[in-house]
Amino acid sequence: MSVLVYLESWEGKFKKNTWEAATYAAKTASMLGTEAIGLCIGKLDEDASEAGNYGLSKVLHLEGDAFNQFDANVYGAAIAEVAAAQSANTVIVSATFNGKALAPALSIQADAALLSNVVALPENASPFSVKRGVFSGKGFNVLTSDAAKRIVLFVPNSIAPEATGGNASVEGTSAGQGSISPVAVKEVDRVKGKIPLPEAERVISGGRGLKGPENWGMIEELAEVLDAGTACSKPVSDMDWRPHSEHVGQTGIAIKPNLYVAVGISGAIQHLAGVSASKTIVVINKDPEAPFFKAADYGVVGDAFEVVPKLTEEIKKFKAAN
Amino acid sequence: MKVLVCISHVPDTTSKINFTADNSAFDKNGVQYVINPYDEFGLTRAVWLKEKQGASITVLNVGNKETEPTLRKALAIGADTAIRVEAEPTDAFFVAQQIAAVAKEGGYDLIIAGRESIDYNGGQVPGMVAALLGWPFVNACAGMEANGDTYDFVREIDGGKEKLSASTPFVVAGQKGLVEEKDLRIPNMRGIMQARTKPLEVKAPVEAVNKTQTGAFSKPAPKSAVKMVDAENMAELVRMLHEEAKVI
Ligand SMILES: Cc1cc2nc3c(=O)[nH]c(=O)nc-3n(C[C@H](O)[C@H](O)[C@H](O)COP(=O)(O)OP(=O)(O)OC[C@H]3O[C@@H](n4cnc5c(N)ncnc54)[C@H](O)[C@@H]3O)c2cc1C
Ligand SMILES: Cc1cc2nc3c(=O)[nH]c(=O)nc-3n(C[C@H](O)[C@H](O)[C@H](O)COP(=O)(O)OP(=O)(O)OC[C@H]3O[C@@H](n4cnc5c(N)ncnc54)[C@H](O)[C@@H]3O)c2cc1C
Repeated sequence: MSVLVYLESWEGKFKKNTWEAATYAAKTASMLGTEAIGLCIGKLDEDASEAGNYGLSKVLHLEGDAFNQFDANVYGAAIAEVAAAQSANTVIVSATFNGKALAPALSIQADAALLSNVVALPENASPFSVKRGVFSGKGFNVLTSDAAKRIVLFVPNSIAPEATGGNASVEGTSAGQGSISPVAVKEVDRVKGKIPLPEAERVISGGRGLKGPENWGMIEELAEVLDAGTACSKPVSDMDWRPHSEHVGQTGIAIKPNLYVAVGISGAIQHLAGVSASKTIVVINKDPEAPFFKAADYGVVGDAFEVVPKLTEEIKKFKAAN
Repeated sequence: MKVLVCISHVPDTTSKINFTADNSAFDKNGVQYVINPYDEFGLTRAVWLKEKQGASITVLNVGNKETEPTLRKALAIGADTAIRVEAEPTDAFFVAQQIAAVAKEGGYDLIIAGRESIDYNGGQVPGMVAALLGWPFVNACAGMEANGDTYDFVREIDGGKEKLSASTPFVVAGQKGLVEEKDLRIPNMRGIMQARTKPLEVKAPVEAVNKTQTGAFSKPAPKSAVKMVDAENMAELVRMLHEEAKVI
């Protein structure tokens, strides 16, 4: 009764997020008194044995024409097949866009319970229970399942990857495509060099207070010195100042970075719903009465056009000195 | 063409969220309910299909009687018929089985649901429905165009977008981009009048089990008071972020 973890790769490469999933699986396995096995799908340019360093004992690598493009049903069914072959009764998936798409199919194919939006390591082995986020950051709930098998879909940045110094062997494995008719992928368009929001450790976000898209240069500069992702409030994406994919909040992406810097954002309840799980929140706003200050750890009352460049300067100085 | 639009009935986004005194349930007192915002995009997209390609739209909710005003609102926006599966939904797998059963029986060509229900934030139901039916699935769908029986889609992925295509039948879990915010339909007087006489069928649930049990609720720990930093002293902010918050 092992724990299987899907080790997602993007264009052949692993990310911090992959090792977060490995750590989650290793810790869950030790709680359940068993071993954790990794599963990679598709072409890889990197050495999957690196997973041993995060507590996995073995890594399986599944390749084949059916897996060159992502499809929720094809990937879900393949992971279910491998889980059965490994007699894994717990499967760990990180809630990236692809993870969220495949987990429901996996749960149906494996006849397993799906525990979704999980924000921490499992609380209890028997009955199996987890803490999940509900009501868009406004609450938590303990979700239990007594099903024989379960899938845990955990929110990125819920735990930190932990290097253990171990080793993992890498073996090939196979799985069929069955009769599934996949969605055809015509074009993949990834912005190079940008940190995807859900997994960014630091995020700089701009609101309507920035007056127009031409003023985002200073946001991007601050993001660059902090190695951060960029985000925005809903009206900013509605007005097409910034792409939809940067819209955070209740109806956008929910994030939980270590640092969230909100510039010229008032702090409406729907905005807070998507960002309040951030560990540290810095608010820069010219209005001392802006509601966001109540949800912030650090606040600066001032004009963003003066404060942000100064902050960028100070961070550069700090980085030079450290 | 028959389109099934799944509608989740959720607390309005401005709701204060409270739990009952023993933390065993969500406290519905004083809460206003609305169509799940993600489902509003899907519903308007379905109305466009009806207007451009010719389609009939059925809206579906798995829930008890209190969700009927939400279904009536969807009828007022432009759906033709509504179905409510009479059950208290407390588990995504249960809900997905009900939706799959309705879809099989009704012979729909496509199902539009939302990327996430803003109450329990599971994001599980649409993908489960697709897998139960064996239909292609497009999650986080931010664009959909019909070319006969083939549809082109835009899907959000980590750090970008993907263009996809699939033929009917299929399931999409939609969001903004299916239509834009400014295009969202709202009920007008005529729609509201018509909705009163449109059919709303109540169905008994098919036999299905829950795979999860909802336990105790809690609220996030309150934040400690904000520390204000002088706008002229960004060096101090950097120091605090490094030494206290340890985030840089
Ligand atoms: C159903 C629904 C869902 C929603 N979902 C979301 C969501 O997911 N995400 C989201 O963000 N919103 C969402 N909203 C919208 C939300 O209610 C707010 O309207 C929105 O968040 C406001 O965006 P903002 O803070 O950028 O703009 P504003 O509220 O206009 O705030 C601008 C702020 O900038 C400050 N400012 C102005 N000039 C400067 C300057 N020079 N320097 C510093 N500060 C300055 C102002 O003091 C003000 O506080 C939703 C609303 C609804 C009804
Ligand atoms: C009175 C009441 C009490 C509830 N109590 C609980 C509870 O205790 N625990 C719990 O987990 N859930 C509860 N829910 C159910 C919740 O609303 C969901 O239906 C279900 O849990 C699936 O949630 P999800 O977050 O996975 O949905 P998601 O997968 O996030 O939903 C995605 C999409 O699926 C469709 N969808 C989801 N649910 C329904 C539905 N019921 N009918 C039609 N379409 C739907 C919508 O298109 C939605 O946008 C309750 C709902 C109501 C109305």
